[in-house]
Amino acid sequence: MSIFPPTERVWWNQPIEKTEVMWVTIAFVWALVMFFMMPYWHISGEQNLSNEAYKVNPEVYGEKVEAWAEKYTIREEGDTGIPVVRPPAGGDVYMLGRTWEWWPIVELQKGQSYRFHLSSMDWMHGWSLLPENINIQVHPNYEMIFTVKPTSSGEFGVICNEFCGIGHHTMVGKIYVTDK
Amino acid sequence: MAEFRTCPDTGFKIDLAADKLIKWNAVTAVVFLLVGGLFGLMVALTRWPAVHLLPADLFYLALTAHGLDVLIVWIVFFEVALIYFCACVLLNARMVLPKVAWLGYILMLGGAAITNVAVLSGESSVMFTSYPPMMAAQEFYLGIILFAVGALLACLVFFATIITAKKERTYEGSLPLVVFGAMTATIIAVFTILSGAVILVPTWLWSLDLLANIDTLMYRVIWWGFGHSSQQINVVAQISIWYAIAAILFGAKPLSEKVSRGAFLLYILFLQLASAHHLLVDPGISSEWKIFNTSYALYLAVLASMIHGLTVPGAIEAAQRKKGFNKGLFEWLRKAPWGNPVFSGMFLSLILFGFLGGITGVMMGTEQLNIIIHNTLYVPGHFHGTVVVGTTLAFMAMSYWLVPTLWQKELVFPGLAKWQPYLFGLGMGLVSTFMMGAGTLGVPRRHWDMTFADATLGYDFPAAANLMMGLNGVAAVIGSIGAAIFILNMVGTILWGKAKVPAPAAAAEAPAAPSVTGAATSYGSAGTMEVPGTFVLALIFLTAFILYYFVNWKYLSGVWGLS
Ligand code: HEM
Ligand SMILES: [Cu+2]
Ligand SMILES: [Cu+2]
Repeated sequence: MSIFPPTERVWWNQPIEKTEVMWVTIAFVWALVMFFMMPYWHISGEQNLSNEAYKVNPEVYGEKVEAWAEKYTIREEGDTGIPVVRPPAGGDVYMLGRTWEWWPIVELQKGQSYRFHLSSMDWMHGWSLLPENINIQVHPNYEMIFTVKPTSSGEFGVICNEFCGIGHHTMVGKIYVTDK
Repeated sequence: MAEFRTCPDTGFKIDLAADKLIKWNAVTAVVFLLVGGLFGLMVALTRWPAVHLLPADLFYLALTAHGLDVLIVWIVFFEVALIYFCACVLLNARMVLPKVAWLGYILMLGGAAITNVAVLSGESSVMFTSYPPMMAAQEFYLGIILFAVGALLACLVFFATIITAKKERTYEGSLPLVVFGAMTATIIAVFTILSGAVILVPTWLWSLDLLANIDTLMYRVIWWGFGHSSQQINVVAQISIWYAIAAILFGAKPLSEKVSRGAFLLYILFLQLASAHHLLVDPGISSEWKIFNTSYALYLAVLASMIHGLTVPGAIEAAQRKKGFNKGLFEWLRKAPWGNPVFSGMFLSLILFGFLGGITGVMMGTEQLNIIIHNTLYVPGHFHGTVVVGTTLAFMAMSYWLVPTLWQKELVFPGLAKWQPYLFGLGMGLVSTFMMGAGTLGVPRRHWDMTFADATLGYDFPAAANLMMGLNGVAAVIGSIGAAIFILNMVGTILWGKAKVPAPAAAAEAPAAPSVTGAATSYGSAGTMEVPGTFVLALIFLTAFILYYFVNWKYLSGVWGLS
């Protein structure tokens, strides 16, 4: 019994029951399948995060985003006049997280690829693109860069899903995707 | 010199010093389950859109307290009681250094109190993960550190006791499997606490202004080295309990000592870097590192759990078949004591842990799949499938045996106890399921207002998300009633339980402990028992696993291109 010492003193020489051997084998093969899925998806899947990231000072990042936004702002929205920025297809896109907003609003074109930059000005934030449900952890001092290719158009929400203080639940941003 | 009493139910010799420590640690655990559970209920009621119980600041405060009090305080106090039970009672051994064990207890209790006061006074609503640069009051970190030092002392007492027991020959041959499991858990605990020290001590110094800053990424890497390994302690403790209950109720013997022990070893060898699966969408970490640490390291630990998932019910099946429950594939299971909460709690824990906690954990620990669930409510959904309906339910099942046995008292509400595992298992199983469902729709975790009423820009979740959060609230109420019945039964039994009549005949129906002596028999070796029923169950599990895994790849393939 499992709460007493093994009855056979040399238990490590006992033969293994055949159901167990079968199950261990099956489970091991399954673990291998799951392992290979990850490199396989890097080769032929369309959804992989890049490994590109740089250390960045939040102020420097903030200035970069503002300069970029100024260049490509096409209109302003809402009471606060948050800019809507439409960069050229295939170009860089910047977004920053700070308590408590994602800034600015971005307008993209469906089917085009963009180099997307993300960082935080203060706490950690969670960039959550809805309803796609693409989620990325955003750190201060790290600028993450990945390629995004919208495959659907319309209005998308960006919410924050890393707790970032008392206004966490008001941190919402937006991305528009146009067909042309 | 240690003094002993002999347990009238089991015949084990119990060191009186150990007896007292086991009891105090277990009772303290249950008190914190009550406190933490109440916070959990309030959190769930706040996330129920139609109820929205707490204001935002109190919600974040309650969520921080909930995470700390249940995940850390309840679980670790119970585990300390458990490792003392394994080292002293199961080995008939004297406890070495009981004074150190008491010091550990006081540090843990004091630490838990200090951190709770810091949280309740409102300046430390940083969640139990306390990610910098958000800073809590320094007492918050100090309390956790003291708690961890106390737990480390308990590990020390455990090792000293089993080494002395070996020397003094209180048992013959190798350690019993259950004690071997407890030892595995304790080894992982030492690793865990050391990782915790590496990250929490600097963070504490930072909160005292003695250190300029803490790198957020480094914090997450090391913190999860601590945070995830501590979950492995829970898994191992819970599996040891499964084996223990199988032995206590059925006289079950492991199908093969070698396989079961090997599987425990896999946890020690391959878990350490599995913290990686918390960092799959963080910047500055390479895919190679992520894949290596989630597959090589994680999957071999998953393999271990899959092995135990077969060998535990397999051991029960073999024992039952030996008793003559041989009809068809499942007579052994149908004729199991489903009305005994020790059994029903244990078996539900096994099933729910596998299906709700295990499968989903492996899915979301996959590098790319993590993108579609990270930090959504799916994550708490998953771990209520592991640490609540798995670990907590297993601990409850064990308590139904341990408390009446150690205190030598009858359960006060045996009728309620019969239903309790179903109520708690079902309620919390649904909480887990609904949170996961809402998470797949993108509902965020740790979030006060999914309607975004106060936000400048808004976002509308589909009606299904709101519905699921409502159902989650209802399920949470059911689960909480289950938890309350458990707590009531334990406290009531200890305070007002009738003394047990030392008549072995009483063991028939009630959750009283049956005699464990003399039941050990020999099978699993030459004249091997077959366990076809268990194998079929395992194949059903595997099928669900494979389907669910690939369904999620299908979901992933539908979202925007990322590279
Ligand atoms: C009375 C039963 C319980 C209920 C109703 C409950 C409910 C919840 C809910 C609704 C959340 C919030 C998710 C969010 O907003 O992010 C949560 C979080 C959590 N629960 Fe529970 N829970 C219960 C018991 C437990 C137990 C027994 C444990 C551990 C053993 C546990 C561990 C946690 C942890 C670690 C979190 C995450 C806290 C955080 O995100 O910082 N819960 N629980
Ligand atoms: Cu945020
Ligand atoms: Cu946030």
